[in-house]
Amino acid sequence: MRLERREHRPLLLLIGAPVAAIVAALVLSGILIAIAGAPVFEAYRRILIGAFGSRLSATETLTRATPLILTGLAAAVAFRARLWNIGAEGQFYLGAIAVAAFGSKLLADLPGPILIPLLLIIGATAGMMLILLPLWLRLRFSVDEVVTSLLMNFIAVLFVSMLIDGVLKDPLAFGWPQSQPVADHATLPKLIARSRLHIGLAIAIVLAVVVYLIQSRTVFGMQSRAAGLNPQGAFFAGVPLGRTLVKVACLSGGLAGLAGAIEVMGVKGYVTTDLSPGFGYAGIVVAMLANLNPIGVVFAALFTAIMFVGADGMSRSLGIPTYIADVTVALSLLTMLVALFFTQYRIRR
Amino acid sequence: MSVVFDILASAGLWAAILRIATPLIFGTLGALLCERAGVLNLGIEGIMTFGAMIGWLAVFHGADLWTGVLVAAISGTLFGVLHSLLTVTLGLSQHVSGLGVTLFASSFSYYVFRLVVPVAGTPPTVMPFQPIDIPALSSLPFIGPAFFTQTAPTYLAIVIALIMGYIIFRTPVGLAIRMTGENPHAAEAQGVNPMKVRYGAVIAGSALMAVGGAFLTLSAFNSFFPTMVQGRGWICIALVVFASWRPGRALFGALLFAFFDAFQLRLQTVVEGVPYQIFLMTPYILSIFALALMARRARVPQALMQPYRRGER
Repeated sequence: MRLERREHRPLLLLIGAPVAAIVAALVLSGILIAIAGAPVFEAYRRILIGAFGSRLSATETLTRATPLILTGLAAAVAFRARLWNIGAEGQFYLGAIAVAAFGSKLLADLPGPILIPLLLIIGATAGMMLILLPLWLRLRFSVDEVVTSLLMNFIAVLFVSMLIDGVLKDPLAFGWPQSQPVADHATLPKLIARSRLHIGLAIAIVLAVVVYLIQSRTVFGMQSRAAGLNPQGAFFAGVPLGRTLVKVACLSGGLAGLAGAIEVMGVKGYVTTDLSPGFGYAGIVVAMLANLNPIGVVFAALFTAIMFVGADGMSRSLGIPTYIADVTVALSLLTMLVALFFTQYRIRR
Repeated sequence: MSVVFDILASAGLWAAILRIATPLIFGTLGALLCERAGVLNLGIEGIMTFGAMIGWLAVFHGADLWTGVLVAAISGTLFGVLHSLLTVTLGLSQHVSGLGVTLFASSFSYYVFRLVVPVAGTPPTVMPFQPIDIPALSSLPFIGPAFFTQTAPTYLAIVIALIMGYIIFRTPVGLAIRMTGENPHAAEAQGVNPMKVRYGAVIAGSALMAVGGAFLTLSAFNSFFPTMVQGRGWICIALVVFASWRPGRALFGALLFAFFDAFQLRLQTVVEGVPYQIFLMTPYILSIFALALMARRARVPQALMQPYRRGER
């Protein structure tokens, strides 16, 4: 047996890959559910009910998908240029705390229609700043940005913890470390009344389309793709590698920072150190499941959100730990890697 | 100044250094072994978490402590097989595969832990490794409590560092590992099977990572809780670069790192007015600093992160 590179990658295979990956991940987690002594099909049925069973749970799933679309896009644009930004978690928190800082006191006097877009820009900028240090270290000292951006996550969360325990601490939170809430007129309008679903979802989907257009229709999109596929070739073709990577990093960090900003302004209103149940890391899975396609990210984020929200309900009724959702999502990353491999290679005897 | 001197003169600091360094020594050696054969193993964070959980779980269910360590090591080999399948056999991106292994191994750890130990007020504990009393040495004034009150795995970590240095630089096996990491095609021409070497290095390295994790639950602490590894795996990856891929320097790097960590922990209690988070940030900041300092000077194994496929260039 040997592996042979495929000449063509049939469209059917490209669409089939994520589906096969998700099915394989669900089968593997099904084994874990069975070992735990719960009925597997019932468990998955409860997950679906938990995610879509009522108006409340459906809007909750879409609310959860919103930050995942944005962190998924953040990973997708970076990975496409082979910039390994694993720091979306930290960038998320920095975007969130920036919004809490400016939206609670400093700029709170501005009227809503000005304040909201301004805060979104501030959140995105905060996220951008955090990725620039790892990028600078890579360009200047050729330090692998995977490790540095990962380490920045820990620093960022500690920084946020310091602020919400210090200058930004909410005096009305009974001593609990929690930031002051953003002003009422800085919260994002609701998409559907009497739910937590806010216009952040619309913003995220629009951004997915915008990123798709940037990547497929602009010079920068072509250059970032070239820088990822073959840096040396791109360099000889006249692509300014350093500048392209800086732009990619700003886009990626900005999207992750925006995710944090939107989560604060749309859902929580304030920042705690458990604001993100790993949105940054899940974004990596979302991007890979989408095969780095911005439109695919929306669907991959939806799958991930279904697992997380659905598992909560399933856990309550069947007693399976909610961590099964994290296991399934992580497994789907591994199975997707294998599935992608077989879109590129075939086995020959 | 006298505060700094008081800290340096306390035996507790020096004992803490060795204790803090132990999981880092295991993890760094494990990552170093993988990278010497040309495979970056970012699964380390998750593998350490799983080792910590399963080692603890085995002891919690009545196994003795060394069996717990062994169980952790075996779990590490399994994740090593998984990572090798993805990166060696299939030649997939080592970055993404490693992150996938970390995400899977850590969430799987939490899942198993929660299945066995439902949410409780205080996490259940086990009887951890006790300090070994070394005749004559342990009773020396200052030196005894400072350097000879460690548990057995700490001494094991130091011994393994020395053995690994010997194996890598002085034995045919080590030569094969280094050749595979530098130029797998040349290794193949010499009759070495690069695939087998990479499998072996990743599996053995992952076992060491898991043992490093098990040290946390079986010696440093006595219970398991989610997120307890807290980036130690990533710090180990940085330490490998700092050590320039040499086991002896990895030992030194881990000790130096642990020195700063133990020092800041003590400084925290005497310096007032500085938020404790600043102190907690120092290990991560130091790691980034060490990376920036050493990245250019260190000699990277030339075939690191390059998949090897027979007959393909």
